[in-house]
Amino acid sequence: MSGAATIEKTVFRIRDLSKHYETGDVVVRALDKVTLDLFEGEMVVLLGPSGSGKSTFLNIVGGLDQATSGTVHFRDLELTACNERQLTRYRRQHAGFVFQFYNLIPSLSARENVALVTEVAKNPMPPAEALAMVDLEDRMDHFPSQLSGGEQQRVAIARAIAKRPEVLLCDEPTGALDSKTGIVVLEALTRINREFGTTTAIITHNAGIRKIAHRVVSFLDGHIASVEQNEKRIAPSEVEW
Amino acid sequence: MVMIAALDRKMLRDLARIWAQALAIALVMACGVMTAVLALGASRSLELTRATFYERSHFGTVFASATRAPLGLESRLSAIPGVSAVALRVVQPVVLDIEGMREPASGLAVSIPAIGEAPVNRLYIRSGRLPQANRSNEVAVAEPFAEAHGFKPGDSFRVIISGQVMTLKITGTVLSPEHIYSIGPGDMVPDRRRYGVLFMPENVLRSLAGLEASFNDLSLTTTRNADLRVVRDAVDRLLEPYGGRKAYEREDQTSNAFLDAELTQLRSMAVVIPPIFLFVSAFLVNMILSRLVALEREQVGLLKALGYSNWAIAAHYAKMVLIISLVGIAIGSVAGLWLGRGLTRLYANFFSFPFLLFEQSLDLYAIGASTAVLAALLGAVKAIASIVRLPPAVAMHPPAPPTYGSYSLGGFDPFSLFSQLTTMALRNMLRRPLRLFLTVLGTSFSVALLVTALFSYDSIDYMIDVVFFQSERQDATLTFSSDLGPDVMPAIRALPGVLRAEPFRVTPVVLRKNNREVKLAITGMEEDAVLGRILDESETPVPPVARGLMLSERVARKLGVVNGEQVDVELSEHNDRVVSVPVTGTVIGYVGLAAYMARPELNRLLRDGEKISGARIDIDPGRLDALYAVIKETPAIATVALQNISRDKFRETIGENIITMTTVYVGLAIIITFGIVYNSARIQLSERARELASLRVLGFTRAEVSKVLLIEIAIVVLLAQPLGWLLGYLFSLAVVKGFESDLFQIPFVINPPTFAWSSIVVVVAGLASAMIVRRRVDHLDLIRVLKTRE
Repeated sequence: MSGAATIEKTVFRIRDLSKHYETGDVVVRALDKVTLDLFEGEMVVLLGPSGSGKSTFLNIVGGLDQATSGTVHFRDLELTACNERQLTRYRRQHAGFVFQFYNLIPSLSARENVALVTEVAKNPMPPAEALAMVDLEDRMDHFPSQLSGGEQQRVAIARAIAKRPEVLLCDEPTGALDSKTGIVVLEALTRINREFGTTTAIITHNAGIRKIAHRVVSFLDGHIASVEQNEKRIAPSEVEW
Repeated sequence: MVMIAALDRKMLRDLARIWAQALAIALVMACGVMTAVLALGASRSLELTRATFYERSHFGTVFASATRAPLGLESRLSAIPGVSAVALRVVQPVVLDIEGMREPASGLAVSIPAIGEAPVNRLYIRSGRLPQANRSNEVAVAEPFAEAHGFKPGDSFRVIISGQVMTLKITGTVLSPEHIYSIGPGDMVPDRRRYGVLFMPENVLRSLAGLEASFNDLSLTTTRNADLRVVRDAVDRLLEPYGGRKAYEREDQTSNAFLDAELTQLRSMAVVIPPIFLFVSAFLVNMILSRLVALEREQVGLLKALGYSNWAIAAHYAKMVLIISLVGIAIGSVAGLWLGRGLTRLYANFFSFPFLLFEQSLDLYAIGASTAVLAALLGAVKAIASIVRLPPAVAMHPPAPPTYGSYSLGGFDPFSLFSQLTTMALRNMLRRPLRLFLTVLGTSFSVALLVTALFSYDSIDYMIDVVFFQSERQDATLTFSSDLGPDVMPAIRALPGVLRAEPFRVTPVVLRKNNREVKLAITGMEEDAVLGRILDESETPVPPVARGLMLSERVARKLGVVNGEQVDVELSEHNDRVVSVPVTGTVIGYVGLAAYMARPELNRLLRDGEKISGARIDIDPGRLDALYAVIKETPAIATVALQNISRDKFRETIGENIITMTTVYVGLAIIITFGIVYNSARIQLSERARELASLRVLGFTRAEVSKVLLIEIAIVVLLAQPLGWLLGYLFSLAVVKGFESDLFQIPFVINPPTFAWSSIVVVVAGLASAMIVRRRVDHLDLIRVLKTRE
């Protein structure tokens, strides 16, 4: 479970990635010449204080945002050269997202929220199977308002993985959860990473979570401050919250 | 003070942010205020103008006519309690021969006192002077007729009065309160060119008409408290020996009755249309404000925590609604005032008033404005109350997520039939059934307004078909100066170009049944008629039955008689002899009050031998000029009604009215549709931005995401159609019923294209509004929406 990731295939090749916002006379450098590779099957935790650039990084890699300069390659596809339509197709076919606030569709049941994605994906798993992966097979016909926060987040994960994405991008997936439900969510994420080999990037404020990853990338002021390889990964249940 | 100012600043910025939605509401409100100000303003101005004209001209309150009554009756008529002035006149139908005008025109010659002003129905001199008693060839003419021919004092034209052809010289143009609306024989709308009223000195007209020392028409004014029924009865008694026809009051005077019908229409417009717009605007205010307070829930909690009272917060939102209302009221008042003046001028042009008085009624604006504000505040109340009621601690927490349930029909989930996107749209609609219903209802009003505006084409077309092509199929109707014997028909048939001629007889009567009575004329028809046909209620031509009376549906209803029952017929021109006649059929009649009999039966009833009042004729178009030339020289012909010209004039006049009305209604319908569709789509977008952004993140394209919103709009617009058709049907029926008078009835006909066009306009307006909102979906800021907590 150690350094093997480095010799595996590159999924994302990120070179000199910058994102600048102009607000009035001030230019905010949210990302400044970030260079990084993410590999097939690896789980990466992105750490850093608010405004360090980790979310901007994840949004660009996920095709939700445009870079100011630099390049991002997803395999052979240059995301930084894609137009709106191509980015939509990329998100539809390859990327799964999990957000802090779940973003489930309140008018659709758990199963239907998952079906929303499987109906348009190329090679999806049945919604029931995806929900079983996150231990929610009993709650499939419940609506979001009838589910707890942890359950809602697991539906969001099931929805993200049902299309068998190659990458799973999670922005503070446990941010709104207590430690117990947070652990259940992390367990679901590690299980998917292990069983499907989905490249998984997780943004968190919680440094305790770092130890479940293969690698930990620390952001500071739009730069990558450090990249550490975890010699020994721990199971989510061992995370000190 | 400073704190309140800060709140006001927030309110103004909030308004600036939702300006498009606020403006849409203000426009809907403006339509309500505008139609109220327009219709009420125009009707009040017209009423004031009419009342003033009537008063200044001493317009009569009771009118009557006789065959030939002695002038000596004057003192006895004046002595009737309640009578303040009496005018005994001679009124004669005339045929006019105007240079440069191919067809003959008709007119009415009315006597005026030889010296001094008329005690009743004074003329308003517009140019020149009145004719002098000692000149037998002078005449004053009604201004509209003079204008239509470009006549000025000094010009002359030829007339046939009581069989005498003469040339008259115009001394002046005048307007009379009796002929504000003047309509010629056989016409359905005024035709200034073909119908003119002439005023001549009484001594001249008397001798022309052979009515020396007598009169055939009277008009009188009464004191304020006079009992008009008593006056009428007294007049009837005095005139009875002289062929008196029943006296009638102002409300039955033709010109006045047409004006009344018009005013009634204006007033009903003011009563029916504004509430629709105010209802829609109240609903829109409610929708927008509910959303706004939901979004500002935490801000309200904060304000409360800072110590703002519930009142201050309620007032904050109420002020916003007030500003929107004020904008709507301002737009509506200005537009209403402007269009109202235009409409009044249009009416003044259509009717002939010597002057125009605009009623400047502040109360109108006050009523319009306060109703609009009240409607808006009513719409706001629920939304404001919902937020004011929340304790600050609760308000500062996000609201509970919306709950949805599954809808299972006996184990079958109907939503499994649809894609998830469609399911989202459907569930969202069903979660708020009241809002759905009100949105559909509001949109259906647009459809209904259009149906109501457009159906008149269908009804009028139908009416033209029935009147001119099924029933009165002659080219012209000749009316004789007095009833003639049967030997006149060969002479008529011998006129140049006459292909076919059918005689008819007309006699004025009073029909009575129980306590009800109807004054009308019975027309005696030919049994083998081809030109003038009687149509039964299913529009099938039927010959007049040998015995008995056929009544138009309205007459039968007014009398409360059904087939087989007897009615009393008082023969007004035959010493008021009363005979009992059975009703043997109900027939179609749209213009006036109609009753038919077989002519031989009518002759038998009248006991004065075989008589003919006139003839319907078919004309060889190639010999029209020759025929016209003869008619203009034939004294026995009192009036000529030309069907084609009447029909074309009717089409033209009604057509212009309908086009104006349709334009206005299409505008109103577009504003309602836009107001509702645009606002509800914007609200949807605001409420569901998060869902829609989630869909985009999941890889749905802009088009797919827009679909969720568009499905809802499409369903609302579609549901609104059948409801709109139904409401439109009912509104139109109300219009037809409201229009119905003794003068005129409109058949109730709506053809399918009318429904289709109404729907097309609303669907296109809805589509356009939806497209504006779609562009906003395209520009959803995914990241910002998803990272924020609802």
